Amino acid sequence: MKSDGQVKTIELIIQHGLTEEEYAKIVEILGREPNLTELGMFSVMWSEHCSYKSSRMHLTRLPTTGDRVVQGPGENAGAVDIGDGLVAVFKMESHNHPSFIEPYQGAATGVGGILRDIFTMGARPVALLDSLRFGLLDRPQNRHLFKGVVEGIAGYGNCVGVPTIGGEVVFNEIYGQNPLVNVFCLGIAEKDRLFKGRAVGAGNPVIYLGSKTGRDGIHGATMASDTFDEASESKRPTVQVGDPFTEKLLLEACLELMAGDLLVGIQDMGAAGLTSSSCEMASRAGTGIELDLSKVPRREPSMTPYEIMLSESQERMLLVAQEGRQAEVLKICRKWDLAAEVVGRVTEDGLLRVRDNGTLVAEIPAKALADEGPRYERPSSPPAYQDWLQSLNMDAIPDVKDPTACLLSLLDSPTLASKAWVYQQYDHMVRTNTLVRPGSDAAVIRIKGTDKALAMTTDGNGRYCVMNPYLGGTIAVAEAARNLVCSGAEPIGLTDCLNFGNPERPDVMWQFSVTIEGIKDACEALNIPVVSGNVSFYNETNGLSIYPTPILGMVGLIEPAARAMTQWFKQAGDAIILLGSTGEDLGATEYLRVVHSREQGTPPQLSLEREKAVQTCVLRLIRESLVHSAHDCSDGGLAVAVAESCLSHPMQPMGAVIQLHSKGLRRDSLLFGESQSRVVVSASPVHTNAVLGIARELGVAASAIGQVGGERLILDVEADPRGTGCRIDADLGSLLDRWATSIERSLCA
Amino acid sequence: MNLGVIVFPGSNCDHDCVHVLGEVLRQSVRQVWHKETSLDGLDAVILPGGFSYGDYLRTGAIARFSPVMGAVKQFASVGGMVLGICNGFQILLEAGLLPGAMLRNRSLTFICTDVYVGVENAATPFTGRCEPGQVLKLPIAHADGNYYTDDVSLSQMKANAQVVFRYCTADGAVTPEANPNGSLDNIGGITNADGNVLGMMPHPERCAEEVLGNEDGRLIFLSMIDALKKAKLQPKTVTA
Repeated sequence: MKSDGQVKTIELIIQHGLTEEEYAKIVEILGREPNLTELGMFSVMWSEHCSYKSSRMHLTRLPTTGDRVVQGPGENAGAVDIGDGLVAVFKMESHNHPSFIEPYQGAATGVGGILRDIFTMGARPVALLDSLRFGLLDRPQNRHLFKGVVEGIAGYGNCVGVPTIGGEVVFNEIYGQNPLVNVFCLGIAEKDRLFKGRAVGAGNPVIYLGSKTGRDGIHGATMASDTFDEASESKRPTVQVGDPFTEKLLLEACLELMAGDLLVGIQDMGAAGLTSSSCEMASRAGTGIELDLSKVPRREPSMTPYEIMLSESQERMLLVAQEGRQAEVLKICRKWDLAAEVVGRVTEDGLLRVRDNGTLVAEIPAKALADEGPRYERPSSPPAYQDWLQSLNMDAIPDVKDPTACLLSLLDSPTLASKAWVYQQYDHMVRTNTLVRPGSDAAVIRIKGTDKALAMTTDGNGRYCVMNPYLGGTIAVAEAARNLVCSGAEPIGLTDCLNFGNPERPDVMWQFSVTIEGIKDACEALNIPVVSGNVSFYNETNGLSIYPTPILGMVGLIEPAARAMTQWFKQAGDAIILLGSTGEDLGATEYLRVVHSREQGTPPQLSLEREKAVQTCVLRLIRESLVHSAHDCSDGGLAVAVAESCLSHPMQPMGAVIQLHSKGLRRDSLLFGESQSRVVVSASPVHTNAVLGIARELGVAASAIGQVGGERLILDVEADPRGTGCRIDADLGSLLDRWATSIERSLCA
Repeated sequence: MNLGVIVFPGSNCDHDCVHVLGEVLRQSVRQVWHKETSLDGLDAVILPGGFSYGDYLRTGAIARFSPVMGAVKQFASVGGMVLGICNGFQILLEAGLLPGAMLRNRSLTFICTDVYVGVENAATPFTGRCEPGQVLKLPIAHADGNYYTDDVSLSQMKANAQVVFRYCTADGAVTPEANPNGSLDNIGGITNADGNVLGMMPHPERCAEEVLGNEDGRLIFLSMIDALKKAKLQPKTVTA
């Protein structure tokens, strides 16, 4: 072992993001002091980002099994059986920290990383979705971040030729210093041809493929495991630069390699680059790997072993080939003009052994590096302000006076407004599978060669979560599932991206733990397994945390594909039917934020039993071809849901006339409250009774509330003993003016 | 018919074109790797959309040097049918097979949406199935589709009926509002002087199946197949 003779001072250890105790454990594992290269390798692998040291014991509570689950968490992505010998392979990842430092490249490389996670499994990526959170657009920095991130996602995804078919964007001050960029990707593979990141078979050659290694992104994983302050700008060099063209070549080369029987294992060099890919593949297979750094293709001269092992240069893969087949592997790589070299071999001794020009520069048990990092059960307790957050005296908030003006303000809020400005920059049609484009509850793609389609959505409400993490977690699952069901799909699996603050703070850890409990309960009740995911901690700048924001990417199966459903009204004269019941659910709503400038109160209550009944009902209505549209009621409540059904038709917006009975509720609760488990459907009037009958049979409250048609949206609330009636009345043109152009206007401000 | 879809490194609509020609229209189709130097046996070739070489320089500027482009020029010069879609159109411009150049979209952003184009010339081998003036709904997806050429070349193209598609409203009105990217004269597609090479920014392969809700793109491919059948019935006038 090459000792570097350097004394590992506390400063050096802390600089590497390790604690003294963690360092002591490293010395114990090695039976000696690490050299600097080894210290760097431990530093990245034991970072929160790679080791999940604060989250792992909580994540084990999530349900990860089910009849369809072919691959659960632990591999590069999860896989779910969709029949016909095929699996859907999907995962979501965060790229929050890099996107704040450098929005274009941060977001672009986020897309690149998640694409590699999918094709590493032998799946061809067929869909991307993005869940984004930014500060309000009245600040120039937020506009810069928003535009840069959207452009980065577009720049990368469009070039690689994978359609970006959906996602969500939410604007709130709390994300001003910590934007969230969560990227979801789904691919399709043959069930019996899934590839894994396993370095099996001692003697098998280890092959480096892809871009050459440079000094970019060194310590990216460590950067992503820290909070930000004013000096964060100086971290710009830790953000990598994406090269989607090389990614496209890499994608095609890998799929061509995997079509034969040349490879036994493959893994993307993502965070912690060569270090993570080699030790994780060896650890999973119970083997070791020997690397010769002098063979690693490099972009710059005189890189040190430390730099080569820690570089996060993008668009690189590590392959383990069948012994004797390396020439065939290299031939395919060269066809695609990619750098490829045999850089090592699999061993039996369980060690990751690194040589540079013959000198041994690192020797670490692969398992210790990949899987035996520290685990923490960090202290957890609710913050002192929790009760205040959840309390809201509704008597102090006057009921709505001018509901038309309120609706216009809500439609004008960039969070609720049309996202066409965003998704028109994404190629959402390439690969010619997109049956339902962005702009409905979920996007839908067909699976060529079958009669099936998949619906996908991303959802998560940070405001609900900060007020009540348990409800926030359950509602995130319920709403994602509801979005799929409204698209005609049966939910079959989910991936989660858990964005939280600093886990060393007990209140953040409490939010995390309770949110997971909520997700778990909802997943169990709705029978949806979690098959992959990612945790992003340290979303905190200058001591201010983001709202706890779990984002769920959920996938549903539609069969036959023709059953795909959309949210918009289609036929004048159709009856509008509300499924589910409305209560006084104004706490933590978008209405309170936009109209009363308050973010407070208890989020809407959720009964998982009722949720399940509503979803069963909607699926049955769609399967029996009884409805023409189905739309989930969420942010902005019933009035916004109906307005969206009116406005979101891609060619022909349609008006509606609705009569509501207040049943003793406040007008604002009725119109803008966010009671859960509600869906607005439209149906031919001849089917109204059939729809109401099925709802009754399934125990779902349902009422016919109006008709589609005309050039106006009219919502009448009748007078009752509690108050006078009120009316929303606006022509489609003025509603469209607000809703369709809000984001563009905000950017020009 | 034997149709070829050229695959440049970075092409990403090649599979879509092969799918439409092979699976939907049941034609014989093969992918032609950009390092191939012969198009022997092919009746027509398509340069598909995508980001050849990443389009890090100018769109299509590097792809025009691909080995296969010599064969494409030769093929076109003897009357072979060549269709360039989106990036394929950009490559044909760079290769000098079509006049003009592409600028960045007026909005400076990538735009993916449905647009309408009016068929200005229904007498080309690519538009035979269309009525003159017919309005087609086709998707676009590009950042550099803002067509430009000089006045002389524009008047020549007009005189020669080389402008095949112009962006318009659903009713066929050619207006500034209907122009998605700022193209000169709302131009969305042009042919060469001989009419056997067409470049178009919209993607007909993305709307050639009922399941996708729009089959207008089918007309382009069916027109090509019609023209090839007709040509096969007639004695060849040019030989390579």
